[in-house]
Amino acid sequence: MRLNCPLCGPRDRREFYYSGSEDLLNRPAADATVEAWNDMLHLRLNPAGVTRDLWYHETGCGSWLLVTRNTVTHEILATERVADRKGAA
Amino acid sequence: MRYSALKIFTEGLFGNKGWTPAWRTPDPKADYDAVIIGGGGHGLATAYYLAKNHGLTNIAVLEKSYLGGGNVGRNTTIVRANYFMPGNSEFYSHSLRLWEGLEADLNYNVMHSQRGQVVLFHSDGQRDAQIRRANAIVNQGDDAEIMSVDQLRAEFPYLDYDQTRFPIYGGMMQRRAGTARHDAVAWGYARGADQRGVDLIQNCEVTGIDIENGVVKGVQTTRGPIRAKKVGMCAAGRSGQVAALAGLRLPIESHVLQAFVTEGLKPVIDSVISFGMGHFYISQSDKGGLVFGGDIDMYASYAARGNLPMVEHVMEAGMTLMPMIGRAKVLRAWGGIMDMTPDGSPIIDKTPVEGLYVDAGWNYGGFKATPASGWCMAHLMATNEPHEVARRFRLDRFRTGHLMDEEGTGSQHNLH
Repeated sequence: MRLNCPLCGPRDRREFYYSGSEDLLNRPAADATVEAWNDMLHLRLNPAGVTRDLWYHETGCGSWLLVTRNTVTHEILATERVADRKGAA
Repeated sequence: MRYSALKIFTEGLFGNKGWTPAWRTPDPKADYDAVIIGGGGHGLATAYYLAKNHGLTNIAVLEKSYLGGGNVGRNTTIVRANYFMPGNSEFYSHSLRLWEGLEADLNYNVMHSQRGQVVLFHSDGQRDAQIRRANAIVNQGDDAEIMSVDQLRAEFPYLDYDQTRFPIYGGMMQRRAGTARHDAVAWGYARGADQRGVDLIQNCEVTGIDIENGVVKGVQTTRGPIRAKKVGMCAAGRSGQVAALAGLRLPIESHVLQAFVTEGLKPVIDSVISFGMGHFYISQSDKGGLVFGGDIDMYASYAARGNLPMVEHVMEAGMTLMPMIGRAKVLRAWGGIMDMTPDGSPIIDKTPVEGLYVDAGWNYGGFKATPASGWCMAHLMATNEPHEVARRFRLDRFRTGHLMDEEGTGSQHNLH
């Protein structure tokens, strides 16, 4: 499996650290309810098919990537830097 | 039909014409007291104990493919009870005791072999931790012994004790641990459940869960609607999809775990050996193949096959521990879909929907849990109360903070 890093190009899976579902980007406010934090940290839709998850280019450029891929076929559909998303800080 | 040595002998005399199918293939009825989604080890065991322990026989197991075709047919068959944490310790202890009586109970040869399992340690800190764990296991009523390097050398002369990276300081042996024939466990429970009147319905995929006013009413399937007073979800790696039918999100992410088997060799490894530092464990099957595996690939996957980096890692770890296996040829590699929870422990609990129960989150350790999982899930479904040894496997423990982090690595999906 290879991920296409927007900065470094196609790189081996071993260069990346898998963090988890894109749910992790939806961080609730510090004073949000326990349910909201539980949703973000633990509860998952866990789809069989297209999913979006976070990978860190650990031994490359150090970018956090949002990867769209298929969990059934391991096909990588799209890769973008979290920092490049619309509305990203 | 009761199986026995005499039966085999007499059938042999008369051309083996008297054998009958081990279970019926009924059509689904319109109405059951309980249905179980998932005809794997845990679902079949749940059905068996619902019938045997609680007298519920108007029940069905719904399997989308064939019985035992999921993780119970794809694992590395290890049975052990070497857990430390309260909640895990008594549960796996209960499971091991059920294993020890399973063949007599089911009248089925599951080839349960208590060949022992040794967990190696490689530093003073690990030794202290394993001694503490061994004491906890003994206090639980199970067996554990600490083996010195000399004792290990006598029993496992082929390990590389003096490797510079992870020199072996000793090991914790559980003699009552071992292996079992994985398929036979599913088949034995299936046959036992069928004999008690349970309908085992294959090629029947659940496509919807009917809920009215927060109470479960039945399921929609590819073979028509089925009404049921209670519904149990035992879908292992597919638990997320099944729970989604009821509008639930579970604290589960499905990952791929790979396993490997070599060509058949003469008997050489007579226990299960776990090499935690290399994420590697190995045993030898009764056919002679070396069966071994490692850690999950560490990304969400339903592919039931893994990628090459983990293959390489597992082979390297095996060569580090026992260089003698280097010339054995790997025959097959495969992957299973692991229902990973954030803390690495399972869930046997009610759901927010009345009458709907969940048995899931078995991570990479579901096989050894099969008997106790079925026992406790049956207890929960029959009495609506958690069984004493499974009372900490709560669905909401991540929200309430009552984590069961046996590994001590933290409570995130990517850490176990």
